[in-house]
Amino acid sequence: MPETLADAARRQDVFFETQSAEAIGPIEKRVSFASRAWGNGAFRKTLILIALAVVWELYARHLNNDLLFPTFIQTLTAFFNEMADGTLPRRVWVSLKVLLTGYGIGILIAAFITVLALVTRIGEDLLETLTAMFNPLPAIALLPLALIWFGLGAQSIVFVLVHSVLWPVALNANSGFKSVSPTLRMVGRNYGLGLLATVRQILIPAALPSLITGLKVGWAFAWRTLIAAELVFGVSSGSGGLGWFIFENKNQLEIANVFAGLFTVILIGLAVEGLIFRTLEERTVRRWGMQS
Amino acid sequence: MFFARPSGPDSVGDPVSDVRRPTEGAPLLSLKAVTLQYKTRDSLVTATYRVDFQVFKSDRYILLGPSGCGKSTILKAVGGFIRPTEGQILLNGKRITRPGPDRMMVFQEFDQLAPWKTVRENILFPMRATGKFSRAEAQERTDHYIEKIQLEKFADAYPHTLSGGMKQRVAIARGMAMEPDILLMDEPFAALDALTRDRMQDELLRLWEDTRVTLLFVTHSISEAIKIGNRILLLSALPGQVKAEIGTRDNSFLDAGLQAMIHDILFSDTATAAAAHA
Repeated sequence: MPETLADAARRQDVFFETQSAEAIGPIEKRVSFASRAWGNGAFRKTLILIALAVVWELYARHLNNDLLFPTFIQTLTAFFNEMADGTLPRRVWVSLKVLLTGYGIGILIAAFITVLALVTRIGEDLLETLTAMFNPLPAIALLPLALIWFGLGAQSIVFVLVHSVLWPVALNANSGFKSVSPTLRMVGRNYGLGLLATVRQILIPAALPSLITGLKVGWAFAWRTLIAAELVFGVSSGSGGLGWFIFENKNQLEIANVFAGLFTVILIGLAVEGLIFRTLEERTVRRWGMQS
Repeated sequence: MFFARPSGPDSVGDPVSDVRRPTEGAPLLSLKAVTLQYKTRDSLVTATYRVDFQVFKSDRYILLGPSGCGKSTILKAVGGFIRPTEGQILLNGKRITRPGPDRMMVFQEFDQLAPWKTVRENILFPMRATGKFSRAEAQERTDHYIEKIQLEKFADAYPHTLSGGMKQRVAIARGMAMEPDILLMDEPFAALDALTRDRMQDELLRLWEDTRVTLLFVTHSISEAIKIGNRILLLSALPGQVKAEIGTRDNSFLDAGLQAMIHDILFSDTATAAAAHA
């Protein structure tokens, strides 16, 4: 039964006193150490890594076959030995040099094509067509061609690296630029910003989440391609890189060293992801609330 | 009669006097028979048809109409984002051809602030990007406006940590700090909750008292139009045509009759009939 106006008028207005904050007691309380540690992503991930290492160690001991599956401790020992005598650092350096060259050139070309795509419609068509054509093409498939064009050297590897980096970076950058909010674009035009100023001051920061994703994917693709290419013909580039280190040790049946090589690849991957990209994200897109 | 249209009924009568309207001098902004069209995927839509009006310095000029009357399109045309297919838009006697910081825009969307810049940097951004103010001057103006909108505590916060109302205050401060010839506001409070909207309207009026900046304000709320504006342009829908231009008094927001009249004009076929009825 709905209340009538007359009923409402009969009811009295009521007022209450609120308690002071001190009277209620602590409003905010620090949580326990354990639950704070559990809330820390790095801590949880470290736990996962330790668990994986333990599983590895136990399984390898159970298998008891150094030729097929060395234990975690054997791998670590091989890793530290190779690190200490300078072989592994040298190989890593050779690989990284080639990797960074290819990565850098790939990013530059991607930047050029995406800006072209931003500015002109035909540029966008070009980018879309080229990525549709070349993105699915495995970089390794270009290796035989690269060998004919550039010979047995670092140049050939750089060429396939550029191919593996260019398309994912360009694709992500393009989709990032496209998804910049129209309001923000209008704000830039409202200020009377020129083309390059708009790209630099509005579009790049606004598209940064996608740009970083592109860089990450490009980095991963570059690593894979590099190791695979070196496995095939890494010796040609003089001292040989990490892929060649793995291949060489496999031929000599130094399986612990093979594992140490793979272990190094993983370590570098983790370091780049955890230190460089994570820091970049934390300083930018996370801080700005563009990514949670 | 204060205003005259090239054709059609002379006026809607003289509902309210124009006590607050400066009548001397050339208009700051004038639209002359402006027809605006925009292309969608497969058709050409006429948003407004031969719209005329004039905005004088320090006006709080409201464009009011139902959705689809082209009021936002008019604002974008004044902003320089759209070119009229017919007629001309003059600012200080000069034709508007492209967007520019002399017509700062405040949008409805909260994402108009750059998420990668703090409140302070957002307000500073246009002043430095356009080179209109020196670094020291821009800093000083930024601090002044942050104080004006009472966001001192949030000066170094990023926009994602602010509420919708705070974001809009920053956007308004950013626009006003630039000292534009005219501040274009596209339903800036439409996405806010009712209580916040009310507070923001008061705050806008207070800021206007200080700066006397010319406002061109788009809204679809009759009460907001009466509260904020000193002149209200009423537009019809599909395509937008001028139905009336009405002045308000200081206490017009208490005037239920004015509300009812505007309502009748907006939702009737002929303005004169509605005015007679009112």
